[in-house]
Amino acid sequence: MKRHLLSAGDLTRADAELILETAEELRSLADRPIKKLPALRGRTVVNLFFEDSTRTRISFEAAAKRLSADVINFSAKGSSLSKGESLKDTSLTLEAMGADAVVVRHWASGAPHLLANAGWSKSSVVNAGDGTHEHPTQALLDAFTMWRHLGNLDGRRVAIVGDVLHSRVARSNALLLKTLGAEVTLVAPPTLLPVGVEGWDVETSYDLDAVLPKADVVMMLRVQRERMNAAFFPTVREYSRRYGLDGRRMDTLQDHTIVMHPGPMIRGMEISADVADSHRSVIVEQVTNGVAVRMAVLYLLLGGSEPAVGTSEGANL
Amino acid sequence: MTTAYLVKGVRVLGGEPTDLLLEDGVIAAIGAGLSADGAEVVDADGLIALPGLVDLHTHLREPGREDAETVDTGTQAAALGGFTAVHAMANTDPVADTAGVVEQVWRLGREAGHCDVFPVGAVTVGLQGERLAELGAMADSAARVRVFSDDGKCVSDAVLMRRALEYVKAFDGVVAQHAQEPRLTEDAQMNEGELSGRLGLRGWPAVAEEAVIARDCLLAAHVDSRLHVCHVSTAGSVEIVRWAKSKGWNVTAEACPHHLLLTDELAATYDPIYKVNPPLRSAADVEALRAGLADGTIDVVATDHAPHPHEDKDCEWQAAAFGMLGLETALSIVQQTMVDTGLIDWQGVAERMSYTPARIGRLEGHGRPIEVGEPANVVLYDPAHTAVVDGTNLASLSRNTPYVGRELPGRVVATFLRGTPTVLDGKLA
Amino acid sequence: MDPRDISRALTRIAHEILERNKGASDLVLLGIPTRGVPLAQRIAAKIADVEGNAVPVGSLDVTMYRDDLRMRPARTLLPTEIPHGGIDGKTVVLVDDVLFSGRTIRAALDAMADVGRPQAVRLAVLVDRGHRELPIRADFVGKNLPTSLVESVRVRLSEFDDDDAVTIAGAGGGPAARHEEDAR
Repeated sequence: MKRHLLSAGDLTRADAELILETAEELRSLADRPIKKLPALRGRTVVNLFFEDSTRTRISFEAAAKRLSADVINFSAKGSSLSKGESLKDTSLTLEAMGADAVVVRHWASGAPHLLANAGWSKSSVVNAGDGTHEHPTQALLDAFTMWRHLGNLDGRRVAIVGDVLHSRVARSNALLLKTLGAEVTLVAPPTLLPVGVEGWDVETSYDLDAVLPKADVVMMLRVQRERMNAAFFPTVREYSRRYGLDGRRMDTLQDHTIVMHPGPMIRGMEISADVADSHRSVIVEQVTNGVAVRMAVLYLLLGGSEPAVGTSEGANL
Repeated sequence: MTTAYLVKGVRVLGGEPTDLLLEDGVIAAIGAGLSADGAEVVDADGLIALPGLVDLHTHLREPGREDAETVDTGTQAAALGGFTAVHAMANTDPVADTAGVVEQVWRLGREAGHCDVFPVGAVTVGLQGERLAELGAMADSAARVRVFSDDGKCVSDAVLMRRALEYVKAFDGVVAQHAQEPRLTEDAQMNEGELSGRLGLRGWPAVAEEAVIARDCLLAAHVDSRLHVCHVSTAGSVEIVRWAKSKGWNVTAEACPHHLLLTDELAATYDPIYKVNPPLRSAADVEALRAGLADGTIDVVATDHAPHPHEDKDCEWQAAAFGMLGLETALSIVQQTMVDTGLIDWQGVAERMSYTPARIGRLEGHGRPIEVGEPANVVLYDPAHTAVVDGTNLASLSRNTPYVGRELPGRVVATFLRGTPTVLDGKLA
Repeated sequence: MDPRDISRALTRIAHEILERNKGASDLVLLGIPTRGVPLAQRIAAKIADVEGNAVPVGSLDVTMYRDDLRMRPARTLLPTEIPHGGIDGKTVVLVDDVLFSGRTIRAALDAMADVGRPQAVRLAVLVDRGHRELPIRADFVGKNLPTSLVESVRVRLSEFDDDDAVTIAGAGGGPAARHEEDAR
């Protein structure tokens, strides 16, 4: 039985399109006086967040509540060093409380897989971001945003720019966009592209200026200053100059090209203020779309007797 | 007067069936149709005899982590695996960096009596990599330490490694290096390759192992000392060792059974039972290791038996401990990957798992051929047996074996330590 | 029913709606997807012919309000389009193709309660095949078709199918029966 959403790579094209179409219907809910649908009434959704993330957690919370589900927030500040309650014990506790779905964000890649496959609980598991591995609902809301602006994504060129090595958003997007027929180009300095990226079925480039004029979508990723200390790039200044999206570069984009960012942005680092605030930027809309997409995911996983999309129980990658 | 044992119809190193008489701690007679009054008869029809196996690399965890393993339980596992001698690595708590700790471990081994324990001494105090430990005191102690290693950690400081290599010459010691450049492998979780990028697990690049091995071979040559390389895991490392040997340098190397069989693909399950250091590598690396072990570039098989309690493996990958059990399955895996594939014969197994490790460790009384007059350290093994690994009925205190559910050939039927059985009929004696 | 039967029935329904409502003021037609929607649009067109002004038409998807939601895999959502001007204080005429158990209409009433508060709600259906399981009745009926439970009623409309027709299929469940259940 398909019960989990662990990786964007688990979704077939049909699955992905179903989620996007469902999100489209749900988006109009925001305009109604009563922003609620009864579909998940009586279901309990737990937000299990081991990493701080107010935005994503609130987005999932809003999505679950609009579907009339009960929401429990569990925020565990666990570092790899602290010997707090183990993931296993937390999972067993939630199972005992009757959670139907667990939305989990964790610093360890593969933690949602463990929750789904270890046999500790029978809940549906939704991956809200695991380490540097994946963030499937982010990819879905990104694809939804692109779809609303550009229509069908077949053959569309998407440039993903920034710290690809440490980005779960990049990974999920690369997988999902391929599934939807788009062509993905990853742009970064060589130090921020993973070893073996040639095997990902994407283009790569070190030259942002060459890629921008052909792109239909430009997605900028967050780059942490601390990476400078691990010698991924020499200075913030050099990074911005070579890989930052500023007004000059924005002018080389085609008229219809949109600019996206998963947030939070570091204005002046990977994206300049004038770009972030320009008419091309759909960054704020991404947030709105996030609730609709997450509602769609929760509805399709939990709304019926069995889910309409997602991973099989116990499946490997 | 201890019991004598008459082993009937055994094939020594896979040769023709013959009888062995084990008496007074030695092999008293070899031949067909032997008889001996009062001797206990062991029917060895269909079995082969190997010299007692010697492990150059085991973690017995005592003192300090008796929740994972003790000298008693670890040596039980060793005996069941056909080992009559094991070298216990120094990364205990307290670290085995003084004569006092190594003597304690040595004594615990003698008291348990399942196999001989030869403690390995730490190269640096507390494994901190800053100052040499009292290597001479450990060498002179009752434990007579000859193998020194900071295993678990790498002696990465070049000057310290040089001094260690020089210093041990005074007592014919050897430095066994865990080759892992620390800066290239900070928080590394699995082999660096396409899969690690996909899985979001930080990579452990092959070059971090190979660069250290190359440096150490050059250092050993420069100061004219012996070097032993622990758990070689990559094709590149095999080539470097081959090159060093071609120059006539005194370098030996070991490979672990899990690196002869398992690949990094298993990490895709995110099950930390497959998390080990050095990590599981690619299929090409496995091929190169087997070839290197066959042609002698890699001298020995060592288990790197690394017990961990359940909670250190029943968690997310990044939080889990590195290491796998190995003592009880080593011989079966060597049979499956090296003998049954035709790469080596049982004589070759005896060299790689008994004679050569004993020579490297400078052990007397172990790694001796099965001949009259030699100490009766003998393993009786049934290569025709097959079984699916159960994982629940292990002698080890821990359960972190990656082979559960896998069908492996062979079974140790009996192990004799100086003529006294430690294992009979597949069970502890 | 053949295409002309259907057309006459819809014309009659349009007149009945106007008669009951005493004109077209404050009327909103909401079709229940899938086939209720083109029916609502056709009725609205006929009303516009008679009255001269357009009547607001929209659609109301009831999927999330179904009482059998948990009994099947999660279903695809269908479009909900509430016309500009909303439904508060209006007379809403729900339009569907077949009235059977009444559960769809119950779900539609719940769905509407979350959208606004109409002055009145009426129900227009092309076919009433009986076998009500809830106290629901239609105000405007194209044709009463008494059927047995093993039979299934199929409505075809040219907006979705090849032609316009209402047919009854005999005993034997399978896809026809399930389509029927969808229309419940």
